[in-house]
Amino acid sequence: MEFFRVSRDIPFMSWRRSAAVISIVTFILSAFFLTTRGLNLGVDFTGGTVLEVSYAQAADLNQIREVLNGLNMSDVTVQNFGTSRDVMIRLPVMPDYSSAKLSETVLEALRQADDTVEMRRVEFVGPQVGSELLENGALAILFVSLGIVAYLAVRFEWKFGVAGIIANLHDVIIILGFFAFFQWEFSLTVLAAVLAVLGYSVNESVVIFDRIRENFRKLRKVEVTTVIDNAITRTMARTIITHGSTQMVVIAMLLFGGEVLYYFALALTIGILFGIYSSIMVASQILLLLGVKREDLVRLEEKKPENDGAVV
Amino acid sequence: MNRYALWKYLIIAVSLLLGLLYTLPNFFGESPAVQISPLRVSNPADTALLQQVEDSLKRANIQNDGLFLEEGSIKVRFLDTDTQIKAKDVLQSSLGDDYMIALNLLPNSPQWLANLGALPMYLGLDLRGGVHFMLEVDMEGAISTALDRHSADIRAALREKRISYAGVERLGETLTIKFRDAESREQALSMLKSDYDDLQFREERADNRFHLIATIKQEALVQMQDSTVQQNITTLRNRVNELGVAEPIIQKAGADRVIVQLPGVQDTAKAKEILGRTATLEIRMVDEERDLDAAMRGQVPFGSELYEERGGGPILVKKQVLLTGDRITDAQPGFTEDNQPAVHIRLDNNGAQVFKKLTRENVGRRMAILLIERNRTEVVTAPVIREEIGGGRVQISGSMTTLEARDVALLLRAGALAAPMDIIEERTVGPSLGADNIERGFNSTLYGFLAVAVFITLYYTAFGAISVLALSMNLLLLVGLLSILQATLTLPGMAALALTVGMAIDANVLINERIRDELREGLSPQMAINAGYERASGTILDSNITTLIAGIALFAFGSGPVKGFAVVLCLGILTSVFTAVFVSRGMVNFMYGSRRKLETVPIGKIWIPENSRTKKKFNYEALVKPMDKTASAAQSAESATSGSIDAHEKNAQPEGGSAVTGTAAPESAKAPEEALLANSNSPRAKTQGGKRATAGSGRKSRKK
Repeated sequence: MEFFRVSRDIPFMSWRRSAAVISIVTFILSAFFLTTRGLNLGVDFTGGTVLEVSYAQAADLNQIREVLNGLNMSDVTVQNFGTSRDVMIRLPVMPDYSSAKLSETVLEALRQADDTVEMRRVEFVGPQVGSELLENGALAILFVSLGIVAYLAVRFEWKFGVAGIIANLHDVIIILGFFAFFQWEFSLTVLAAVLAVLGYSVNESVVIFDRIRENFRKLRKVEVTTVIDNAITRTMARTIITHGSTQMVVIAMLLFGGEVLYYFALALTIGILFGIYSSIMVASQILLLLGVKREDLVRLEEKKPENDGAVV
Repeated sequence: MNRYALWKYLIIAVSLLLGLLYTLPNFFGESPAVQISPLRVSNPADTALLQQVEDSLKRANIQNDGLFLEEGSIKVRFLDTDTQIKAKDVLQSSLGDDYMIALNLLPNSPQWLANLGALPMYLGLDLRGGVHFMLEVDMEGAISTALDRHSADIRAALREKRISYAGVERLGETLTIKFRDAESREQALSMLKSDYDDLQFREERADNRFHLIATIKQEALVQMQDSTVQQNITTLRNRVNELGVAEPIIQKAGADRVIVQLPGVQDTAKAKEILGRTATLEIRMVDEERDLDAAMRGQVPFGSELYEERGGGPILVKKQVLLTGDRITDAQPGFTEDNQPAVHIRLDNNGAQVFKKLTRENVGRRMAILLIERNRTEVVTAPVIREEIGGGRVQISGSMTTLEARDVALLLRAGALAAPMDIIEERTVGPSLGADNIERGFNSTLYGFLAVAVFITLYYTAFGAISVLALSMNLLLLVGLLSILQATLTLPGMAALALTVGMAIDANVLINERIRDELREGLSPQMAINAGYERASGTILDSNITTLIAGIALFAFGSGPVKGFAVVLCLGILTSVFTAVFVSRGMVNFMYGSRRKLETVPIGKIWIPENSRTKKKFNYEALVKPMDKTASAAQSAESATSGSIDAHEKNAQPEGGSAVTGTAAPESAKAPEEALLANSNSPRAKTQGGKRATAGSGRKSRKK
């Protein structure tokens, strides 16, 4: 079986203008939604309490709301999730209730209204812990970005590092844009997915970069665009199959992973799809923009050809 | 060329064996058990206790599934959780409070595996259910307690040295010591400076007032913070013991935080109540001189406070703190010589000295032991001091029942937090959700794996099957490694396990695509396999290191569930590089490497582009302008590093995968050609191969 029967190099680089337009438009849209709507930050980051309860039969959300109103709790979200029997209750930080008491008070009240209620999960995060987690998340993204740039700069050249990280931060912004647009909950697990995407989709760029380097060595006096086109075309089969395989697993997570893994898998899906696009169209394009040259890579290795040289 | 030395196969075999061995315990599951651990050193867990446990279970007619003594505690297995809970209640009532009786899960794996140290992975709270708390020590509270203690000490010292002073006041985080003249202040300063290392003093002169301002030194603050957190951890540990949790985790996190994890706790309300009992103990004097009735009407005299006595009426207590709970090292219920119920308290050295002085000065008066919880203070007991008590052994007796004595002892022992704590994070997972989460994580991994396996096998046939085998070994090694390290598996960890499956296949896809490429280029099967592996490995390394960087950052900055994800991700990268590059190569070498005439590579049908015959596609030289011949030698040497045709010629010679073994240049140049002709088992391939081979040889000869 062979899916990709490409007989000549696909002129990816000749489409770079339209790709630039797509990238800039999606980027601006993402930035727009991020600033206007903002991320729907989960309790991990905002602080507050989330209670997950399940009932023996379909839950009566109005009754639950009434019970909570009876406790003088305002600004409460009550919603079904998963099945009609499962209910998620979100409470903001309440200074009147001590952290530990809050969930107990709510559960006790719910139990009095309907004693089939069963506690599934309680999450309480104090406000200062929330902001710390957010800070650590931002630090982690920064650290990963710098680490990747440094590694690519050492292994290839600084232009590759810059191109790789811009392409991947572009993915991250788009994932965040999706989360802002649809107001999906952005939790700690989603942040983990975002960071995983950052590491994973750099793979993609690295594979193409590797080919570009190889082509620079093999093909002398060829246009840089041809070198890049050839590198992308020849790695395309691998790109699609690899991402297809990863996506299969992610789909399994979407289907079987339940509520916690759902948004995690969703973030990965967006990351994988845009990861393909960005490493093909964005990373290489930036590489061109930065004026990558054959000499950038080959010069370093010409000093020691004797060992590997052909001896016939 | 595609052969491994024996030791390499041995490495694969050994790692496979280890992987199997250490993964195995995870499949046996766990059974409910009750764990009985002595709370005191005086009654150790021994065979006598074992007999006692067995007898009381037999009397209650409870069937057990195994009973054994291990690591200083007795563990009893049961068939189901109902019997487990029943057994816990029975044992609790028959053994009493001297033992901690906790519900636990014990691995079902056979003993010989446990003897090898092969234990199942430790399941995180989100998988087994339980409570996670992060508590923060209220350092402001601790500082004010310390200052109160200092102010009492300073007063006493000044009195003893007969230095006249006007008063000692605490204001926020400073102490103000007031004097009437400069002389006594000088005296006091020199005395205090030498006696109080923790404090720094500053003179303040304004409006004819002679004040000394004392604050706690920075290094003393840091040390105090450490010891406060440590003291609180000890106290929390005691409380958790009262709660009966089998494998609690109580650890320091950051400068002033403590993490408490109680796996398998069903009654979370009780856990919170006991842990949240942020109490401190103080010993003060009862104010007997002033009017209690007036105080009850609202006129509380200056320097005293009104509290309720436990099981008694209101009581007026002086504000001055003489001793705090952190001086109490132990408190046990017991009896006096004439068999009255009593509480025995032990104090540490410092506490004993203070207590000796306190009792000497106050014989005949009442002291009060106060338990201060958040916003609530009660007087636990207020005994009369009969005589001077030295040596730090205190006995409180009179007008209490055995049960009350036990209660007071418990409160004194467990209630002594050095500073109040706040719960700043809580994650509770009910047991049913835990079980669901295991299923979800397992199903995601299983179905994801199956989908990838089917697809890769269809796409790459035999080589695909080898990739899938390598992938399963990857999972095996990863789970084995996690079990060896006894890492905690969480739901995000399981997600990382599934993700590893999806990502690890990347390495094999890279290799297989490379081999196909090399075959398209016209290499012989053996050479193509070799070249495919050799060239893909650099790329695989690069791409995995970037993911590793992300994983390490996640581990460093992540907390709780995210850390679990990061651990599995990082280990998964290591095992996947090992299996995809080293193990799958081993399998390929084992199956195909020894065949002298490998005619085709079973890697799926390879499509060779039509126009390759006219050399439009991957013939690089066609893209290049005609080259200076003298430069070609140098260039061929250079390009060999990344592997153009020259490199294969070099390889072709010593290993001789094809029929050509000659050393002369023109013959070796024919190697790919003949291999390709040999490859012609289908008519289509034959024509293509033939044409291609001709073209190839033309290219070669021109180069030479």
